[in-house]
Amino acid sequence: MLPESVADNAVAIALNERLPGAIEDVRINVDGPVFVIARPQIISVCRHLKDERGFNRLSGISGVDWWPRTPRFEVVYLLHSTAHKQRVRLIVRVDENEAIESVTSVWRGANWYEREVFDLFGVPFSNHPSLDRIMMPVDWEGHPLRKDYPVHGYRYSYQEE
Amino acid sequence: MIQGDSRVASLDAVEELKRQDPSGIEPLTVSGARKMILNMGPQHPSTHGVLRVLLELDGETILNARPEIGFLHTGIEKQCEALRYQQVVPLTDRVDYLANLSNNLCYALAVERLLGLEIPEFAQWMRVMLCEITRINSHLVWLGTHALDIGAMSVYFYCFREREEILKLFEMFSGQRMMTSYIRPGGLALEPPRGWHKAATALLGRLARGVDEYYALLAHNPIWVNRTKNVGGMPLEDMLDLGVTGPLLRAAGLAMDARKECPYSSYEKFDFEVPTRTENDVYARFEVRVEEMRQSIRIVQQALDGMPAGGAWRAEAPGILLPDREKMKTQMESLIYHFKIVTEGYRVPEGSVYQVIESPRGELGYYVVSDGTSFPHRIFMRTPSFGNLQALGEMLEGVLLADSIAAMGSMDFVLGDVDR
Repeated sequence: MLPESVADNAVAIALNERLPGAIEDVRINVDGPVFVIARPQIISVCRHLKDERGFNRLSGISGVDWWPRTPRFEVVYLLHSTAHKQRVRLIVRVDENEAIESVTSVWRGANWYEREVFDLFGVPFSNHPSLDRIMMPVDWEGHPLRKDYPVHGYRYSYQEE
Repeated sequence: MIQGDSRVASLDAVEELKRQDPSGIEPLTVSGARKMILNMGPQHPSTHGVLRVLLELDGETILNARPEIGFLHTGIEKQCEALRYQQVVPLTDRVDYLANLSNNLCYALAVERLLGLEIPEFAQWMRVMLCEITRINSHLVWLGTHALDIGAMSVYFYCFREREEILKLFEMFSGQRMMTSYIRPGGLALEPPRGWHKAATALLGRLARGVDEYYALLAHNPIWVNRTKNVGGMPLEDMLDLGVTGPLLRAAGLAMDARKECPYSSYEKFDFEVPTRTENDVYARFEVRVEEMRQSIRIVQQALDGMPAGGAWRAEAPGILLPDREKMKTQMESLIYHFKIVTEGYRVPEGSVYQVIESPRGELGYYVVSDGTSFPHRIFMRTPSFGNLQALGEMLEGVLLADSIAAMGSMDFVLGDVDR
């Protein structure tokens, strides 16, 4: 069932009709509703939004670490429709050691953004063409944007100097 | 994908290499030359920063290009999480160091939306004016360096001459030439200085003459035209798919502009056009950016003419903005507010926002997540250069090596913006 707050939202209605159960939760923010999508269904939701609702652009993908909460991470998808001048935000909740299906098959532009989330948060994406580190060196240990990673990193300890 | 070890082979040595080569990679049959891996950057001057591009060449034709980024990664997003909301502003300057005011504005708008702050009209118009001057500034640097890459040296001097005047104006406003931090959540950092209107008007006249001059310098220059026309094209669908925004999209015919699509900071009150071209090559991008400079001059002119008189330069928000010095010394509440803001900052209501603006390079977005404290829980910067650069690999496929410099220059990426 859709919450009342988005009962007149066309995207929500269509998603709920086509993929029942895909919307796990709806959060109302200052810039509109954000849909929390069930993890296994993210690819079908994205495909539906792209093919039938005109969301031809993926603005970006990013992560949020809610440590020590579980599930720990939220991966945020920022979608944009150039034809309808509309923006939608999707969130997928994922815990450590869980993988999300890559959306590179829907928008090729997801490639680097997913690599960035993988690099900085350590969230793996399955079926990604080349899931390597992108910002940090290949031999880097740890994922810097995690909340339990110190701001100054592990490598330098000024106390020992 | 680029595989195998790199080696240089001259055309006539192919047969010999075939016999000696233990790797067993077959030479290409097309031109008789062997594939060669060329490592461009991270210190190559035309990459405008530290970008490394791995090029797989067949003779002079690029078969495959793979940009490698991250050399300028400074963990700005991580640092933001350790700072209070008002302390983040100087970091936003350093993301895209050629369009710092646009970054300031985007961050300020995002935080203001979370706080529910209303900004006085004068401050909004001032922001628009400064951001448009920033756009001209950024485009001037682009034009100068892009022309320099292609071999037109004098344009660089002229562009930087005019840019110097812009930086002087920024210094007049904020005391800083480049890292201005002038637009802050709640309004502006300082009251606009005395004589700003006169200085801006003088600058504008100079810029208006300058832009026409540079256009005339390049537009009919046969070398420039030959090197830029029909170079670096890419289908519009692929661009959209790969996340390209800004002048590149507009040069491919799509008038996507956040200033029109979701007007912010009272852009809806200004009369301007979104220039587009359909040729979709390096020359079209040059034309679009020059036309954008003209439109920016138009907007700045409108801002100067119609600036709301006598307005406040920041919002009335005692717990969020530092009180006046004068009030602080005479009023108890102001002193308390000052102390509280400096020591513990201001709390931002829980929630998240994705604020989009049109930076000189394309769609700039700040995704700010607040957990109700005075520290941002997460700030994600959707920077235009990152999205644009992702298309570089495909854009360079099948392009001549010399043209890759022109194609790369036309993307106008800033590596600070890419790596953050």
